[in-house]
Amino acid sequence: MARVVVDVMLKPEILDPQGQAVANALPRLDVTDVTSVRIGRRIELEFSGDADLDRVREIADKLLANPVIEDFTIHADEQVKA
Amino acid sequence: MTMRIGVVTFPGSLDDGDAARAVRLAGAEAVRLWHADPDLHGVDAVVLPGGFSYGDYLRCGAIARFSPAMESIIDAANGGLPVLGICNGFQILCEAHLLPGALTRNQHLHFRNRDQWLKVESTSTAWTGTFTDGQEILIPVKNGEGCYVADQRTLDALEAEGRVVARYIRGNPNGSQRDIAAITNERGNVVGIMPHPEHAVEALTGPSLDGLGLFASVLAHLAGKSAAVPA
Repeated sequence: MARVVVDVMLKPEILDPQGQAVANALPRLDVTDVTSVRIGRRIELEFSGDADLDRVREIADKLLANPVIEDFTIHADEQVKA
Repeated sequence: MTMRIGVVTFPGSLDDGDAARAVRLAGAEAVRLWHADPDLHGVDAVVLPGGFSYGDYLRCGAIARFSPAMESIIDAANGGLPVLGICNGFQILCEAHLLPGALTRNQHLHFRNRDQWLKVESTSTAWTGTFTDGQEILIPVKNGEGCYVADQRTLDALEAEGRVVARYIRGNPNGSQRDIAAITNERGNVVGIMPHPEHAVEALTGPSLDGLGLFASVLAHLAGKSAAVPA
């Protein structure tokens, strides 16, 4: 079994209102030195056998992320693989 | 001959019944289509209604875009079939790459539900031919993820090619870039609109009858096309 993690983030130029709302709440915790908050999505895919990262890239590009507004990164989860 | 306009139901569709009723009020036959059925049953045009389709679990419209009906609609739209996507339907059209850009969370994070003034900016689409350029119309808007975004190059191209179909006026309900409420593809047969024309078709239930104009437009468009073809 292999696990692959896909992290999806809004592109830097796309406004992230969710992140902004969180950033605006931080001063209530007396946090004043955080200059930016961006919120993304972590997706874990578990394969029955080995994971083909090229296929994962295709899945991410077609379905998990919208390349118009989002970037994604892929990494194999070593802990589970071991 | 009565025109037949398909209305697709996705799991979670909310406004399919209203869209079908609007089609009937405009004088066409409404043909209910199921998202899992790739057969479009020979309809003359298609409406993707609003609601909260199951694609929203990932991103609005992301999973709905892969429905069997959508595969057929993408092919047909590329062949010139008039397709109108309302609200969630607009999101699905963007996810299907039939329209550029994307719809994201409202800038203020609040769901917006109100009657909204729009300015019609293009009357050369299949769905807006019976309006006049610059006509102001009042139709309801109700969305949580209606903020239209695209890169500057795409926005400039949309403007230059006259593909911004309608803009919000007297207030922008969701932070859409350049106040964009509706856009079209290069050919003008596919239109995505965030507010809900199907909710402005009867005095009893809507703030105006302005929404009927979109459905009347596609009927005029189809009639013009059939008249142009020698019998």
